[in-house]
Amino acid sequence: MTTEQRLEQLREQAWDKGIVAGRGVDVTGGPIPRRSGYYGQPVVKPPVWTSEIPIYFFIGGFAGMAAVIAFAGLIFHEIDLARTAMSLATIGAVLSPILLTIDLGRPRLFLNMLRVFKYKSPMSVGAWIVFAFGACVIPGLIALELGTRYSFGGGTDQFLKIFAHLLVIGSAFWGVLLATYTGVLLGVTAIPAWFLHRVLLPIHFGSAGLGSATALLELLGHRVAPLSALGFLAAAIETALWIWLEIDKHGAADRALHRGLPGWLIRGSEFLSGPLALILRLTNLVPLAAIAFLLGAFISRFGWIEAGKVCGRDPEAVFASQG
Amino acid sequence: MAEDFRAVTARRAKCGETMIGEGTQSTNQRRHNYVQENVEVGFFTDPTVCIGCKACEVACKEWNEVPDDGFTWIGNSYDNTGRLGASTWRHVLFLEQDCQKGNQITGLMGLSDAQSEDPFRWIFLSDVCKHCQEAGCLEACPTGSIVRTEVGSVFVQNDVCNGCGYCVVSCPFGVIDRRPQPLPDAGGAFKCTFCYDRQKSGLVPACAKVCPTESIVFGRLDDLRARASQRVEQLKQSGYEDAQLYDPQETSVRGIHAFFLILGEPEAYGLPPKPQVPTIYLKSAWTSALLTSIAALIAVLGAFLFFG
Repeated sequence: MTTEQRLEQLREQAWDKGIVAGRGVDVTGGPIPRRSGYYGQPVVKPPVWTSEIPIYFFIGGFAGMAAVIAFAGLIFHEIDLARTAMSLATIGAVLSPILLTIDLGRPRLFLNMLRVFKYKSPMSVGAWIVFAFGACVIPGLIALELGTRYSFGGGTDQFLKIFAHLLVIGSAFWGVLLATYTGVLLGVTAIPAWFLHRVLLPIHFGSAGLGSATALLELLGHRVAPLSALGFLAAAIETALWIWLEIDKHGAADRALHRGLPGWLIRGSEFLSGPLALILRLTNLVPLAAIAFLLGAFISRFGWIEAGKVCGRDPEAVFASQG
Repeated sequence: MAEDFRAVTARRAKCGETMIGEGTQSTNQRRHNYVQENVEVGFFTDPTVCIGCKACEVACKEWNEVPDDGFTWIGNSYDNTGRLGASTWRHVLFLEQDCQKGNQITGLMGLSDAQSEDPFRWIFLSDVCKHCQEAGCLEACPTGSIVRTEVGSVFVQNDVCNGCGYCVVSCPFGVIDRRPQPLPDAGGAFKCTFCYDRQKSGLVPACAKVCPTESIVFGRLDDLRARASQRVEQLKQSGYEDAQLYDPQETSVRGIHAFFLILGEPEAYGLPPKPQVPTIYLKSAWTSALLTSIAALIAVLGAFLFFG
């Protein structure tokens, strides 16, 4: 604390020596903020994506896996289930490109996505997956509905059946990729919280998609044993992934996943779609389990994007991941 | 005063002497045919001669007609630019460190007997897009908007970019960004163009052209690398023991076209110590995704087979 005496002392010193040494010229004690990196400025750029992207991850996830369930339903003669599942897939196939287009900085140039194919860019591969999925799912649903509702007689029915089968097989193929590539999309970036978990992310997004598709079909009234089994499986995998994420910590590099808003979002979502959904299923409260899983799968996508934003703003995370 | 200075400069120029750097002999002031001859070019940025005038920032903004990015006061030393971004393609860092700069005599203007306990150095460094040999943004771009030019630089074709934002998270140096509304050309991704338009006409990039101390040097990449290692040796002999080149050639980025001489560690400059191009993660991520896909197909078919 500076007193009057101290000011007098400084004046004396100035008179005597012509220069004053004191805390005022002490750099280390000066007001330079000691923050890591360059004044705490981010080293990498946080994602610019807004809420459309996590919503798309959720919708694309359940739509893709619904196509797989439709394929299995068709093979095992559960035609009603297959039709509902294909409707879900179609909703996703229509909404996904719309959401992706809205998120673009220049939406009217969205077709430029299909200008080239670059296998090294998960965004390019993903755009083609979304396109191929839509191209299979939408005519697939039409063929399936026409084939079950109407009888045209002769070879037309047979042709429609084969056509529908082929398109549903295509939908299932592109569907699994649609549900899992989003994990690659986040994993192949410069954001430490994402690339450090590039193996976990596709598994998580895939199982979240599978569980969501199952949950939606169950809520729509398809309470069949295979779906129940898949519901158990997805909830069990989510529980395991939660444990994996808690064990596989990388210190400062991925601390965004474990603290603050994204930490709570991810923990909360894993609790909902992991242990909670599992317990609710075991106690036979299937609709509640389905809702818990859906909520968890939805929130989780927001959690991961938010973690990328927090991690991208944190210079220490980048240094820690490269140390 | 100004007239005196000009007179001295003119006299020296007449005698073939130059004030600083290589003057009129510098590659910064010469016309060239690098684009036509497909010569790899680069920037070598040397903070030990930078005076922090920000002429490079201004020249870049003016030539490229880059809009302002907000007149915010952040006050980190003399830096109010903050960091590179969609509308900041050159950024002069003002680094304050409490350590010695070369053989600098610190302390109370030599009046005190003390070998000072308060060493202090102020470093200026003009940061820019690194134009990586393996560029994360270029690999990530799904529209083919980002391309490699004849001179080895990385160029964003503004009319092709649809603003997906994937390059933003793929740049290991955090350079490229999407320009927000309501700025002109908003929505697209922007970064340093290496003044490709000027280079095509045989001109030197605007920032290098205006740099008064040749802290930014433009030229052939091989020449610059040789010159830079010479400069490091020279500085080390003059007591700058922590002088080193920042040109990550041993990581997956495989070298950068705009490289830097730095004093101390790269972290202090906000430069990643071991930058990696994200494509090295492709293999493990896709393996996981494909195995998950196969597992999901098997699980669904199995569930219907055993429980159906």
